[in-house]
Amino acid sequence: MKFEGRVWIFEDDDINTDLIFPGKYTYEPLKSEEMAKYAMEDYNPDFAKQVKKGDIIVAGKNFGCGSSREQAVTCLKYAGVSAIVAKSYARLFYRNAINSAIPAIKCPEAAETVFQKKPMKISIDLAQGKIFVEGQEFFFLPLDKQAILIFEAGGLVEYTKNRLIREGG
Amino acid sequence: MGYTLIEKLIAKASGKKEIKSGEIVFVSPHRVLSHDNSSAISKTFASMGAKKVWDANRIFIALDHNVPPPDERKALNHKVIREFVAEQGIKYFYDCGIGICHQVLPEYGHTLPGTIILGSDSHTTTHGAFGAAGIAIGRTETASVWAIGETWLMVPQTIKINLHGRLKKGVSAKDIILYIIGQLGADGADYQAVEFYDYLEPHLSISGRMTICNMAAEMGAKTAIFPYDEITGEWLRNRVKEPYESIKADPDAEYERVIEYDLTHLFPQVACPHKVDNVKPVKELAEIKIDVALLGTCTNGRLDDLEIAAHILHNKKISQGVRLLVYPASQQVLCEAIRDGIIEKIISAGGEVAIPSCGPCLGAYGGILAPGEKCISTANRNFKGRMGCKENTEIYLASPSTVAASAIAGYITTEA
Ligand code: SF4
Repeated sequence: MKFEGRVWIFEDDDINTDLIFPGKYTYEPLKSEEMAKYAMEDYNPDFAKQVKKGDIIVAGKNFGCGSSREQAVTCLKYAGVSAIVAKSYARLFYRNAINSAIPAIKCPEAAETVFQKKPMKISIDLAQGKIFVEGQEFFFLPLDKQAILIFEAGGLVEYTKNRLIREGG
Repeated sequence: MGYTLIEKLIAKASGKKEIKSGEIVFVSPHRVLSHDNSSAISKTFASMGAKKVWDANRIFIALDHNVPPPDERKALNHKVIREFVAEQGIKYFYDCGIGICHQVLPEYGHTLPGTIILGSDSHTTTHGAFGAAGIAIGRTETASVWAIGETWLMVPQTIKINLHGRLKKGVSAKDIILYIIGQLGADGADYQAVEFYDYLEPHLSISGRMTICNMAAEMGAKTAIFPYDEITGEWLRNRVKEPYESIKADPDAEYERVIEYDLTHLFPQVACPHKVDNVKPVKELAEIKIDVALLGTCTNGRLDDLEIAAHILHNKKISQGVRLLVYPASQQVLCEAIRDGIIEKIISAGGEVAIPSCGPCLGAYGGILAPGEKCISTANRNFKGRMGCKENTEIYLASPSTVAASAIAGYITTEA
């Protein structure tokens, strides 16, 4: 699966889940589409208004650190983000991304190059584990077996559903 | 090559004999913890087509985040959870006011050494204080565990941290973990497990170990464990009814790093806004005036925390204009603190004592900061906006003794 997207550059390290999805909304029973309206509110108030379907976020180290809130992934997914490329992720954000079937790619070299060259668009080849930034190619480790099963099912909800059906639960 | 403690615990919970770090295995937890987020989890559970939970005796739910509920929607949220609990026959349900999940779980004997506890709360690492592996997972994963009884985990590498020395008077476990986070950074233990070895004289209490494991989440640790010892055994004696195993790491286990800290010369520490790893000794701060002092939460809301603060507040008054908010971690803590006269001392000094719950820690209700206000807090996060308002607010994290001393002074200071 290969796709191209506009780039949002979030150069800071340690962009936490409160910045991605403010804590004050976490216990509001919001629909996923509504969550998208608050995406990155405390970090970049323009993001939610201007983000388009297929956009790609490129971030620094430890992206998504902080709480376990899945809304931090959900809000980005429903805002239209097609993939995230970061120098590294906080563990829970990474897990939540896999379980929501949104590609969270760790590739510090590609992120650094994006920060320097500030391209409008980049493209990603998920199956081959490649990112293309202005003609330069970067490799990342493809997802592991278990993650792919969840990914292919379309997320953990679907994966569990399929398993319950299979196991007759 | 031997195994680290986390490798042994994961191997045991996955039924495998040999595992290696980096490998993905399926584990079945001893307990799955959740809180006010259980209503959202129950909806996801239903959307998975699941009808019955895999084991009603292994699911633990405590209502703590919005207690008592400040509005209709949050009250309804609790109602949905109570109905789900009744319908599924969930055995370990702790309703509003009993306490914060991470305190209630061990208090009622659910945290067993040698087990894996999965929790849909990022501070599930707290349970490492008992030689268990507390590992945080997301809401959807929690729903999936409710349905199928297992989830995937990557076997992490382990950092070994040896704590040595004798703490100065007025220095506590909170100062230790703030200092370590300051040294290692907010991502210093990302994806990794941390084994803490307590060579301090005297040893840390269970409460202090809980503080350290709780905050290890703030350096990205997947789990943080103090191996079982006689202090653990003593604390668990009248609380745990099930048999348990006291598993230890192999002497030849392979660690990613081994770090030694001599804490004899440690001074009280404070994490300055807006990152938990922005840590400085209190002494090096300029005079920072505060509006709110928060004492409590799952990090530092236990009996000894309140006692230390009460000792400092005794026969004194908090500075005019400062609000001292006190959130005991549980009903048991509150009752003991009342019995010991701790609560009276705090109230006489001007403190506002609340129902055991999370309160202002997450900024959802109760004790929210006004624009421009500054808070010194015993909680575990100082992210911008964490306490409900992001307009020029600042949160400083410190120990109960620093928070109490600051409440009296009106600016950030310490007795030590
Ligand atoms: S007290 Fe704060 S950190 Fe602890 S569980 Fe509650 S909201 Fe989370």
